Amino acid sequence: MALITDNSRRSFLKAGGGLLIGFSLSDSRVLPQLMAAETSANPAPGRLDAWLRVGTDGGIRVFTGKVDIGMGVQTALSQIVADELDVAFDRIELVMGDTAETPDQGGVGGSTSISAGAKPLRNAAATARLMLLQLASTKLGAPPDQLQVKNGVVSVKSDASKNISYAALAGGTDLNEALRVSGGGFALNVEGRGKPKDPATYTIVGQSVPRIDLAPKILGRAKYSTDVRVPGMLHGRVIRPAGAGAMLQSVDESSVKQIPGFVKTVVKANFVGVVAENEWAAVRAAKELKVNWGPPSASFPDNVYHHMRSAQPKATREQPAKGDAGAALASAAKKVEASYEWPFQAHATMGPGCAVADVRTDGVTTVWSGAQKPHALQQGLAQMLGVANDRVRVIWVEAAGSYGRAGDEDVAADAALLSQATGKPVRVQWSRADMTAWGGKGPAVIVDLAAALDAHGEVTALQLESRAFSGTEILPQPNSAGNMLAAQLIGTPNTTGGDEYVGLGGDTYSYAFKNVRSVGHIIAPLYSSSSPLRTTHLRDPNGPAGTFAGESFMDELAAEVGVDPIEFRLRYIEDPRAKAALAAVASKANWQSAPSPKRTRDSGNILSGRGVALALRGGTIVATIAQVEVNRRSGEVRVKRLICAHDCGLIVNPEALRGTIQANLIQSMGRALKEEVTFDRSNVTSVDWNTYPVARWTDIPELDVILLNHPESAPTGAGEPSSRPTAAAINNAIFDATGVRIRRVPFTPARIKAALA
Amino acid sequence: MAHFSFKINGKSHQVDVDPECPLLYVLRDNAGLDNPRFGCGLGQCGACTVLLNQVPVRSCMLSAARANGKEIVTLEGLGTPDHPHPVQKAFIEAQAFQCGYCLNGWVLATKALLDKHPHPTSEQMASAFEGLICRCGSHAQIAAAVQLAAAAKERSA
Repeated sequence: MALITDNSRRSFLKAGGGLLIGFSLSDSRVLPQLMAAETSANPAPGRLDAWLRVGTDGGIRVFTGKVDIGMGVQTALSQIVADELDVAFDRIELVMGDTAETPDQGGVGGSTSISAGAKPLRNAAATARLMLLQLASTKLGAPPDQLQVKNGVVSVKSDASKNISYAALAGGTDLNEALRVSGGGFALNVEGRGKPKDPATYTIVGQSVPRIDLAPKILGRAKYSTDVRVPGMLHGRVIRPAGAGAMLQSVDESSVKQIPGFVKTVVKANFVGVVAENEWAAVRAAKELKVNWGPPSASFPDNVYHHMRSAQPKATREQPAKGDAGAALASAAKKVEASYEWPFQAHATMGPGCAVADVRTDGVTTVWSGAQKPHALQQGLAQMLGVANDRVRVIWVEAAGSYGRAGDEDVAADAALLSQATGKPVRVQWSRADMTAWGGKGPAVIVDLAAALDAHGEVTALQLESRAFSGTEILPQPNSAGNMLAAQLIGTPNTTGGDEYVGLGGDTYSYAFKNVRSVGHIIAPLYSSSSPLRTTHLRDPNGPAGTFAGESFMDELAAEVGVDPIEFRLRYIEDPRAKAALAAVASKANWQSAPSPKRTRDSGNILSGRGVALALRGGTIVATIAQVEVNRRSGEVRVKRLICAHDCGLIVNPEALRGTIQANLIQSMGRALKEEVTFDRSNVTSVDWNTYPVARWTDIPELDVILLNHPESAPTGAGEPSSRPTAAAINNAIFDATGVRIRRVPFTPARIKAALA
Repeated sequence: MAHFSFKINGKSHQVDVDPECPLLYVLRDNAGLDNPRFGCGLGQCGACTVLLNQVPVRSCMLSAARANGKEIVTLEGLGTPDHPHPVQKAFIEAQAFQCGYCLNGWVLATKALLDKHPHPTSEQMASAFEGLICRCGSHAQIAAAVQLAAAAKERSA
């Protein structure tokens, strides 16, 4: 296969103010689909042209199994490839997340898109550059080491008039070659003959290039998964059970038959959907359809934390211990203990899940979806439909930010079932309640901590015992039918769930204590199948909960020994970069060294304080300081300022990174102050933005983000680490202000008021 | 079903729809526009915002019958790639948003706010924006965009 493809579809133009406006998602990205009798195997990664092709116009088309869930990954990956090839940034076009066109890189998750996902792209680009230079060497009659490349034009160093463009070189020439493949999923890598550049020579990486996606979005020209329209498409909606475990008794189709445009109801076991010719008719039919459900069989507890403490754990794991924490605790001069509680939280994505599925009578299927892991979704849908993987093509189209396994996977299964039942392409978008109440949930977590202090106030042991619903009850990879709600409703069991524990190190900063023990328990799901409280990955899975506990507890220990919270942490930190992050954030915040709580409580109703928290996630260090005001009369906590020092190694795009960190800070502040999924005996009662409040305009604090760039260190990840320490930093600031320690999220006015009383 | 006519982004549209059909679906399904977007269908988030006779409204809550005969501007009608509206330019310059799904509300509310109050106070901004959701938490850049847009308006005044 040649390294040459059609001309780039992408066009660029300049708007006023020198703003680059690139249109990356043309309609043609949406139109390709599988036709009858076609198959669609995933491109094998061991060939250069699976990753990168040079167009006859010199444009570079890059194929990646990564997708962009609103944090600028598309732009960063384009910068990385452009730099490696020495072409202008705007000559890169990314094809993302199409199972028929892009290698399986595991989709996106875990803040790994740059740290791991960019590696094969960088290596493929380096090999393409080497091959192009070798071709140019022959054409220009100069050895490769005498050549230079600028903006996709190869020239002789000593005589730049001797030159040839990539476009001319690639024309009619087969440049493909084999690459060595290693790893799989997020860790999939390829290596070829080309050696990537020395990061010190980067010219495009490290620049704050405007994000490719933002101008088209702001101009109303971007396409989301909600905007996919295919010929003959119908609109579907789903009707969920009246409570977890309720069995369908009957459906009265006559209740909606008169709705103009109504097509049919689709019923399979406990899966109920309606299909109509237009969206409004589908919305009406879903609302008006008379459905009789039996009694729910779930019996959710009144107090989930009591349940978690009393339930026999489903599974228990002890991490490899360091020293003998039990002995140290038994002989401690002082033992400090505290328990922390983190609620179920919802992804509550801005746009309720949406997908279009076209399931043909022969099983050949195309699905347009915003799910984070399109290749896994291909497998899960194929299994649900009972066809081979290569009969299903999943084409990723950007969706509202998902922050994990939110529900774009589930709605794709809904759409597939409705399309299969009607023989037509069907678009399904969930209602707000379908999303907030019935989407996946981040798990509730209890963390019990105990520390031993010796007579000098030194921490001699730390012990953690956690009780949590599993963050992988629903695997973030939707690679099996039972992973998806629709399949569970038709009786397919979830067989791929795992036990994801909360533990020291993975979910907390690892301080250098002599004796450390960490035990995790997994609590069985509150209901075993098709539950609105099924738990899965929500941004930084267990990090916010674990770090809320770990970093609040560090503050309790610092207070116990009467030492400034930063100074106390520094006693147990060995990593110079963590120390540097704390120093940077402290300096920016003008941190005054003093133990918490502050000695002189504010008079009046408003109590002010500051708190710090530290986190390490996948190599990324985050140190956050919160400055808060607590109204002791109302219990309201106002976060006045968040200051965050962030070290993720090499920074690819500083301003895009800053934007992502700022958004993480605000979202995680909202999670700390407001977010808790509520439920009754069998239903989630958080159904909309009133019953599941998130951060709003007047909640927004002043933000300071300090980017600590380490070009000499490979990039780690930035999609979610800055979500991790926020709740603890706020909590420690509340303690500093009030002298009262809060141990449960969210910090609602009622909870704070009660604690202060 | 009933017959309605609207002026959408400067062009007249005739549709036959259920009088109770929200304007949101008329714009998306009958007029074929990608903006506004469905966020909640409850008037709680603002993702479906359009300008109705210059005023930002939640198109998920406004029936076709009530919007009949009105002049509607959607995000794609506010400016063009060649001639972005100054508010759009400001949002682009500020690199506002993460996913951007919510941005119909923020951009159009900013446009309407600055038309009414070229130098908005924090209370006026709160009144314009408190009813909007941005789940990603891009408020800091949105605030920067509003400042840029206000400054640009002052320069051009």
